[in-house]
Amino acid sequence: MRSIRIGSGAGYSGDRIEPAVELAEKGDIQYLVFECLGERTVALAQQARMKNPDYGFDPLLEERMRAVLPICAAKGIKVVTNMGAAHPEAAARRTAEIARALGLSLKIAAIVGDDVLDACKDSELPLLEIDGTLRQLGNRVLSANAYLGAAPMAQALAAGADVVITGRASDPALFLAPMIHAFGWAMDDWNLLGQGTVAGHLLECAGQITGGYFADPGFKDVPGLARLGFPIGEVGEDGSLVITKVAGSGGAVTAATCKEQLLYEVHDPRRYIQPDVVADFSGVTVEQIGPDRVRVGGGRGTARTATLKVSVGYVDGFIGEGQISYAGPGAVARGRLALDIVHERLALTGVATSELRFDLIGIDSLHGAALSAGRAEPYEVRVRVAGRTETMREAVRIGNEVETLYTNGPAGGGGATKSAREVVAVASVLLPREQATPSVRFVEA
Amino acid sequence: MKLRDLAHSRTGDKGNISNISVIAYDPKHYPLLLAQVTSARVRAHFAGIVAGDVVRYELPGIAALNFVMDQALGGGVTRSLALDAHGKSLSSALLDLEIDGDLGDTSAAP
Repeated sequence: MRSIRIGSGAGYSGDRIEPAVELAEKGDIQYLVFECLGERTVALAQQARMKNPDYGFDPLLEERMRAVLPICAAKGIKVVTNMGAAHPEAAARRTAEIARALGLSLKIAAIVGDDVLDACKDSELPLLEIDGTLRQLGNRVLSANAYLGAAPMAQALAAGADVVITGRASDPALFLAPMIHAFGWAMDDWNLLGQGTVAGHLLECAGQITGGYFADPGFKDVPGLARLGFPIGEVGEDGSLVITKVAGSGGAVTAATCKEQLLYEVHDPRRYIQPDVVADFSGVTVEQIGPDRVRVGGGRGTARTATLKVSVGYVDGFIGEGQISYAGPGAVARGRLALDIVHERLALTGVATSELRFDLIGIDSLHGAALSAGRAEPYEVRVRVAGRTETMREAVRIGNEVETLYTNGPAGGGGATKSAREVVAVASVLLPREQATPSVRFVEA
Repeated sequence: MKLRDLAHSRTGDKGNISNISVIAYDPKHYPLLLAQVTSARVRAHFAGIVAGDVVRYELPGIAALNFVMDQALGGGVTRSLALDAHGKSLSSALLDLEIDGDLGDTSAAP
């Protein structure tokens, strides 16, 4: 039976780089995938592209490509990534320049067509997370990108691409594409696509399945987190899957790490909706078959839906924030007094906010008053005030009112910080799939 | 005992929805989870944080439950004022849940 080994070289935009180098050098892989595109990253990248038409792709693209391309070229490892963000073609051109500079001859493909802003910005498509329609967001909309499926990436691989760079695509599809290409899976073999989606879903967050984001000392101990190895999926043409990692790397692949990642960001496990298939995780089995080797089977699927999810980035006001710390006896009481003072000051000085939040970090900032009630008092606390405003000017005033606690507030406040930022929020709509028309464009290096 | 003694957990986020998995270390404790970690109990535990419904999905094949909590992330990860906008730390709060029984007990009832 034919099989391939796919390495997962990044789980988010800022992820560590050397685990991907380790995968390329020692992983015996044929494909290296970098998943680097968070929910709102495309919107932020679109802002960068509006300022400079040669930008708009992942800021770490150059560093990652320089680190892995020489090894991948020497070993024939194909690279698949969504580092194209808001501008896959510019990312492909930049990658071609890097390859040439390294003396490599590579065929680089950009997948375009996820940008559906023109197709849907004036539509009455309802927003899934908030009330209203896309049209009602008006000129606040920055970007609208459809989650593309695996087909255009598989097509690029079939046409001989060494590097495939896409913008918005479903994360598991980055992994499904090499499987479809290598095994010739039919695009309506729902069970195979469902099991392939299980593989892609498990691999897409990189270190989160090899012991990262898992350790809980005394309960779940993981060795070597400072040199965490990233995962490899061994996939057979029948969809069989073993998750493993480079021997000797840090971390651990166990049944428990795989189960945690299986349910990560999943809602109804019978209906994990993807562009290419509705995957069904309900019958998945997980079995440790050796050290750092876990077999995962039983993924199924049903027919894909008629729509694609579209991520809409829009400007959503401003957030201002300030923090200051108190310590020693009475720290909590002084922290509470500080919060009261800022609360009153924001009212006295007329800072218009639509939402305000007052936290004591160390007491109640993460889970609120109820869950933290009755716990022992900590030695130190950090005051945090955050608020939503219509203007940057007012957002700045929130942090200022925390900072002025230095000379006007309770005794012993230290380490004040403040920030104010424009908020780029993300909402979703469902677009009839025929309204997105992806295509492949090649750049030679 | 605490839920932490028999299960592990991870939180995920999509928009304003948080999901928390609860996975038995030993599949024999799955009936305990089924009986005592109910959606009503999870909703009560997160009162003041989760404004919407809590739906529980069962995965007997991996001895796990998946809780999907609506309106749980202060309006959504990208616009929340919260320090932990993703709600990633919520799994640790859930593991603090009190469970009746002991680790040798495989019956569902307390």
